[in-house]
Amino acid sequence: MNAIEIRALTKKYKDTVAVNGLTLSIGEGELFSLLGVNGAGKTTTIKMLSCLIKPTHGDALLLGKSILTDANGVKSIIGISPQETAVAPGLSVQENLELMCGIYGFSREKTESRVEELTIECRLQDILGKKAGKLSGGWQRRLSIAMALIGEPKILFLDEPTLGLDVIARSELWDTIRALKGKTTVILTTHYMEEAESLSDRIGIMKNGKLIALGTAQALMEQAGKDRFEEAFVALVKEAKI
Amino acid sequence: MRMLTFAKRSLKEILRDPLTLVFGLGFPGILILLLSAIQANVPVNLFEIDRLAPGMTVFGLSFMTLFSATLIAKDRESAFLIRLYATPMKAADFIFGYTLPIVPIAVAQSAVCYGIGLLLGMEPTVNIFYGLLFAIPIALFFVGLGLLFGSILNQKQVGGLCGALLTNLTAWLSGIWFDLELVGGAFQKIANALPFYHAVQLEQAVFAGNFPEVLPHIGWVLGYGVTAIVLAVAVFLEQMKKG
Repeated sequence: MNAIEIRALTKKYKDTVAVNGLTLSIGEGELFSLLGVNGAGKTTTIKMLSCLIKPTHGDALLLGKSILTDANGVKSIIGISPQETAVAPGLSVQENLELMCGIYGFSREKTESRVEELTIECRLQDILGKKAGKLSGGWQRRLSIAMALIGEPKILFLDEPTLGLDVIARSELWDTIRALKGKTTVILTTHYMEEAESLSDRIGIMKNGKLIALGTAQALMEQAGKDRFEEAFVALVKEAKI
Repeated sequence: MRMLTFAKRSLKEILRDPLTLVFGLGFPGILILLLSAIQANVPVNLFEIDRLAPGMTVFGLSFMTLFSATLIAKDRESAFLIRLYATPMKAADFIFGYTLPIVPIAVAQSAVCYGIGLLLGMEPTVNIFYGLLFAIPIALFFVGLGLLFGSILNQKQVGGLCGALLTNLTAWLSGIWFDLELVGGAFQKIANALPFYHAVQLEQAVFAGNFPEVLPHIGWVLGYGVTAIVLAVAVFLEQMKKG
């Protein structure tokens, strides 16, 4: 079974069509990147898939659960790390993780074990007692991903997870994201071409709310007749007449 | 369970903000001390402690709007709310999670005002307990405003509207510092139509043990409180839908 089946998903705002008839399947354990220039519809797509906003038309099934008719079911199997850091700034790193455990209704024993697991997985040992609001951008992003993972999601949405990070912090976050491959289905949006190329099993490129290209990084480069992925992305976006 | 977890978090966030302690808990207390010092040096009864301390609790409670609105606006701006919207949390978990922690803070705030009043010679009576009890509906009115403003304004706007404007409105239109009849006219009519004056009258009546006088004033406070909370819940739910 595919992890995500998107069927003609559409979102309209008054005069604007933010996402236009998106149809797409994403396999279980796949790391799928959504690329596009600003306003392409990536974040709106993620918001619809995570039941934050309702689509105008169409539907999507996440492990068989409809975003239209089973929002609670969908919310129980997903995790999201939004564009912004989205942490509780006055709480320590450990308290942030414990807060998310409480929200998912974990027992005290399970909370302890999940916090320990995520601390190791996301390498947060040295900052557990520090206030989240005092952390650097890179550490906040890493905490944000750990918070998204705490509910043991089957599907994880990462909206521009490395935005504004320096090279080292980005590289470290890539390692964290790579470690999820195969275990969790990851949908990633990014503006960094090398990030999509390096991490993704497949890449979808959106423009003006429509999916204009889909495939592996290699396949997209061949399709565009370019040697570098960034050039392929630019060519595909410019050529698409939408 | 989720509601309590979230409420605990809200309480920690508010109490760990040093401005909460300085402005919320400290400022009304300092005002009581200052005004009492003035009273000690003038021959007329301007700021009798028996009326000043209950009145100042209402001024202190106006900071509850600032606390709750700031927290909600901060959560919206940092996308922390977006993260939580995508979890199994329900609307009621959010609303009570933001509201419940304010109740103990409000009671503590009022206790500080009455405590300072006692130090300055106010009579220790059981009515102080009732004063703390009646502070709760007043606090709920201010929290309702906080939920409303926090849902529609950003942090900067919250600071201006709830931190400066609302606290000043509460101070000037409540009759804490001066008898509104001294000004009279439109000023008094406006003050009478708003809940701040009635909240002060309510606290002063309770502390004085004039319980029959409580009734009209608590009606005003509850009326405004319920309206603010219903409006706030509607706006908050609308914001949730927008993601």
